[in-house]
Amino acid sequence: MASLISVQNVSKSYWRDKLEIPVLNNITIDVEEGEFLALMGPSGSGKTTLLNLIAGIDKPSKGKIIVNGTDISNLGESALAKWRANNVGFIFQFYNLIPVLTAFENVELPLLLTKLSKSQRRKQVETALNLVGLGDRMDHYPKQLSGGQEQRVAIARAIVTDPVLLVADEPTGDLDRTSAEEILTLMERLNKEFQKTIIMVTHDPHAAESAHKLQHLEKGDLVGA
Amino acid sequence: MNVVKLVLKNSLRHKLRTTLTIVGIMIAVIAFGLLRTVVTVWNSSVDAAAANRLITRQAVSFIFPLPYSYKEKIKAIDGIENVSFANWFGGVYKDKNNFFTRLAVDDETIFDVMKEFVISDQELADFKRERNSCVIGAEIAKQYNIKIGDQMVLDGDIYPGRWEFVVRGIYKPKNKNTDGTQMLFHWTYVDERLKVESPIRTGKVGWYIILINDPGRSAEISEKIDGLFKNSSAETKTETEKAFTQGFVSASGAIITAMNFMSFVIIGIIMLVLANTMIMAARERTREYAVLKTLGFSAFHIVGLILGESMVIALLGGGIGIALTYPIVGGFEQAVPKGFFPFFYVEPITLILAMSAALLIGVLASIFPIQRALKTKIVDGFRFVG
Repeated sequence: MASLISVQNVSKSYWRDKLEIPVLNNITIDVEEGEFLALMGPSGSGKTTLLNLIAGIDKPSKGKIIVNGTDISNLGESALAKWRANNVGFIFQFYNLIPVLTAFENVELPLLLTKLSKSQRRKQVETALNLVGLGDRMDHYPKQLSGGQEQRVAIARAIVTDPVLLVADEPTGDLDRTSAEEILTLMERLNKEFQKTIIMVTHDPHAAESAHKLQHLEKGDLVGA
Repeated sequence: MNVVKLVLKNSLRHKLRTTLTIVGIMIAVIAFGLLRTVVTVWNSSVDAAAANRLITRQAVSFIFPLPYSYKEKIKAIDGIENVSFANWFGGVYKDKNNFFTRLAVDDETIFDVMKEFVISDQELADFKRERNSCVIGAEIAKQYNIKIGDQMVLDGDIYPGRWEFVVRGIYKPKNKNTDGTQMLFHWTYVDERLKVESPIRTGKVGWYIILINDPGRSAEISEKIDGLFKNSSAETKTETEKAFTQGFVSASGAIITAMNFMSFVIIGIIMLVLANTMIMAARERTREYAVLKTLGFSAFHIVGLILGESMVIALLGGGIGIALTYPIVGGFEQAVPKGFFPFFYVEPITLILAMSAALLIGVLASIFPIQRALKTKIVDGFRFVG
């Protein structure tokens, strides 16, 4: 399989006043197309930071990140926003749905940035919601859904634009065991049936078992599988 | 769905807070409209003054009278077309709250110099013929349901006693800002009675109203008139009607300035209220803006969401406020003593100013939250705990 993501000698530091806090140290990693990678490690190890860098919502202090042929470490804010809209689907721990929008409207949000017609958007949203098993909850608001259902809406929102890459930050961290299992099964299905490349950050070894590949981070360093 | 729908849904997210802010803006717009209307009406008498009319009054003060004998002397000056005069009568009509201007005038000439008071030839002839007759403005007639032939009785204060008049004419204001609330009657009727009851006060008029041929010569003619009576026991001061009226308005200048100032202070206060609402709303949505940015929404979209929400609230408050300004101003007019303002209407410029202020408030109130939302990095937005 071809390499979809190439992280080359990436370092990331944050500044607190005049104090530099290194978070990632000279990371190099490749992720192949169709791969399901789990990033594990203790709190503060830099796994979410690495995920954010790969997803283009943060920029490395040093090094290069090439995703699907684009060097995203050199893109400006506006270009990066467009790139994210076209290439990445996001799944968060706390779902991050907009509370005043229905499930349908939440899933439709990324499509508002495309040139699709209203009927085309409807078709895609319905497809995505049916895929996650929520075709009958389209008009429900987030507060009318369970945690597991909210996360499934978030997954539908992540896949509705058919991105090449799905990034998930602790997708089961806020769910009970049954709901977490459903979400993991759904993600495995997206990987196997729809060949989505998935990078998932997790604390949960059981969740990590869903992935093909496991990488550990400790204090900003990759310490292997 | 589109972004506009999200703006509307966001606006109504905290219904109570949004409603209170809208009500606040609405009240501010009404207060602004009312204060500006009072200021406009107050100043409009200056705008209504004719350019070709001069007013001659006692040099020391307006309250001291001038001799009636000045009339012919003034009329003899070159460039003067006609001379009339008036005298402030005061008095009470039925109730002391029924305020309107009552003037003892030169019945022969008053309607020749005050051409904006439109009266029919027949009514004018009837007025001139009957010594105890009067002419009233159409607004007085409407307000007190007075018809031609009715009797009007004034209870005199400056000129004590019971004064009975018969209405022989109703004049119509020619322009929107012409005073339609005056009561005019014969100076000779008053003067004749004074000869019996208070002879020392006879032969005096309040001020002369002078119609000139060429407004460009007003300064020269004014100088000639005042020169004529220099070193006399009743020296005069002549000025254009505009300057004369301006003098009255200036006397209330501090109040008008304060009202003007207050009208803008109110706008400032409500801007802070809306800004506070928008800052709270944007702060609560820090995480949502981070989500939207993550999904690919640009700075332009974020600006649109916050500015749009601010504008929705400002426009709703402004729109309702403007719609309610008319009945509130009408109610205010009813609440003040009758005839206190000769005319009272909301100028279109007041509405334009009020709506512009509402729009400006909407824009300004969104600046800080927009700046904050744009400055916050996505990763910081996700870490934010509101």
